[in-house]
Amino acid sequence: MLVELTQLTITGIRDSLTRKQTSAEELVQAHLAQIEMRDAEVHAYLWHSPERALAQARRIDQMIAAGEELPPLAGVPTAVKDVILTKGSPTTCASRILENYTAPYDATAVKRLEAAGACILGKTNCDEFAMGSSTENSGFGPTHNPLDLTRVPGGSSGGSGAAVAANMATVALGSDTGGSIRQPASFCNVVGMMGTYGRVSRYGLVAFASSLDHIGPFGRSVRDVALVLQTIAGRDPMDSTSADVPVADYAAALDRDVSGLTVGVPKEYFTGLNPEIGDNIQKGIDLFAKLGCKIESITLPHTDYAIGCYYIICTAEASSNLARYDGVRYGFRSPEYDGLRDMYRQTRDHGFGAEVKRRIMLGTYVLSSGYYDAYYLKAQKVRTLVARDFVEAFDEVDVIVVPTSPIPPFKLGEKLDDPLQMYLADIYTVTASLAGIPGISVPCGKMKSDPRLPVGMQIFAKHFDETVLLQAAHAFEKSGGFDMG
Amino acid sequence: MALTEKDVRYVADLAHLKLTEDEVARFLPQLDSILTYMQKLNQLDTKNVEPMAQVTYPAAENPALRLDAPQPAFSQKEALSNAPEPAAEYFKVPLVIEKE
Repeated sequence: MLVELTQLTITGIRDSLTRKQTSAEELVQAHLAQIEMRDAEVHAYLWHSPERALAQARRIDQMIAAGEELPPLAGVPTAVKDVILTKGSPTTCASRILENYTAPYDATAVKRLEAAGACILGKTNCDEFAMGSSTENSGFGPTHNPLDLTRVPGGSSGGSGAAVAANMATVALGSDTGGSIRQPASFCNVVGMMGTYGRVSRYGLVAFASSLDHIGPFGRSVRDVALVLQTIAGRDPMDSTSADVPVADYAAALDRDVSGLTVGVPKEYFTGLNPEIGDNIQKGIDLFAKLGCKIESITLPHTDYAIGCYYIICTAEASSNLARYDGVRYGFRSPEYDGLRDMYRQTRDHGFGAEVKRRIMLGTYVLSSGYYDAYYLKAQKVRTLVARDFVEAFDEVDVIVVPTSPIPPFKLGEKLDDPLQMYLADIYTVTASLAGIPGISVPCGKMKSDPRLPVGMQIFAKHFDETVLLQAAHAFEKSGGFDMG
Repeated sequence: MALTEKDVRYVADLAHLKLTEDEVARFLPQLDSILTYMQKLNQLDTKNVEPMAQVTYPAAENPALRLDAPQPAFSQKEALSNAPEPAAEYFKVPLVIEKE
């Protein structure tokens, strides 16, 4: 019974609650039990908030008892990546520098989820300050992929992906700067989505690279992801970059027919990837053709420059955003130092892990006098070209279908000593981040050579066309695309 | 590309990082290979391309501006609650200006 409760979708939870087959408290308890059982080996969570989740569940149960109408996410057990603020509990960004930090307010996305009835179970592990693609850069130990514990869950939102995959939460929030939701969704065989830049308020998201950062959902179905996205999306006066664009009822539009849609397939995304992944994605494209979509071969000619461009821009912005960790106002302060400057340096040196230091160094370098034009300004210009590729492509097509990752989930430790190799694996996700368009990763079968390992397929759409993106993803799911072999 | 140890120490200093000898030795080849890879962008002619600083989209006029009116904010106590060395009304830091 308890196991079944942890497998429910949002719709299943609602059904179960309204028919009084279960209570919200039982749902939360079932998930806490699942965490107890699985998380010692997976390590998806950094902190738990059972009191907060149970208090919310009891509120929902009182509403049910009183016959009140339930909010859309009533009783939904939810995990939140530890770069997103949750009032009164730790928010560490998986960094030692914020080990003792207690969030003084709730992120807007968290507030909106709780107002919609969700129960926040705890905070999930990630790469330190969301910098990484494997969750191995956490200051508190790595997360293991629940599908194969010897492999990484992807990153940086690896804890959120793993929590949803291992039924330790129904849905989760992650953050995506260059693929940090979509790639772990792919590695953990779940759905993960980044909306258009500005679609979801970042108030309460700890900043990494502000022109690229997003908050977005994980779920085990496209409908669950759509329901979470429409809850957290929309203008927020507390985030001046949140877009004043109406939010559609994505879930209500999911079942619309996709026949007649034009699906673009860019050739640049099908070279240099694991051939088995290429085969699965091709089968996925064939499925869209069977659903009546028109498949069109397109070109996104600047794809090959996206990694260089992305890592210049994100490290530059990170070096600026992370200057605030100086041991003065919050976080760790080195107990030993000689004067103010030395306090900054000792604090940052002991508080930050290797990857964060590397990125601060890179960002400082590309912004420094003499290198600014050659690196940072150049990258901003190339970003224009990458974004323009998509604008031109979307004149011809409604959605674009590509792989999420060129490689399957890799072994823990396999890429840790070669940061450039780790960066290059982000090639298929950073493009949409640079352009600011929405992207979703959905399961697309398993690797032929190792059926434990999942393959993820991405769908892109133009700015603020989340509706068509989710329709395409939902049609793919309904026709068995997730389990294709 | 030939990044030197001196470059690494210079950048660390700009970034307020105090790197150990080991870290300098480890970061040098890593940063060098990444920066070399980034020079790939020079293959593109961007003479007539405008730089892109942020994603823009059509939206209502001046959505970023709100009324310039006072709003409730954190109390001093809340703002100080995470300070590593809080004092009654301020953040404590080491001596900033040295005496002669």
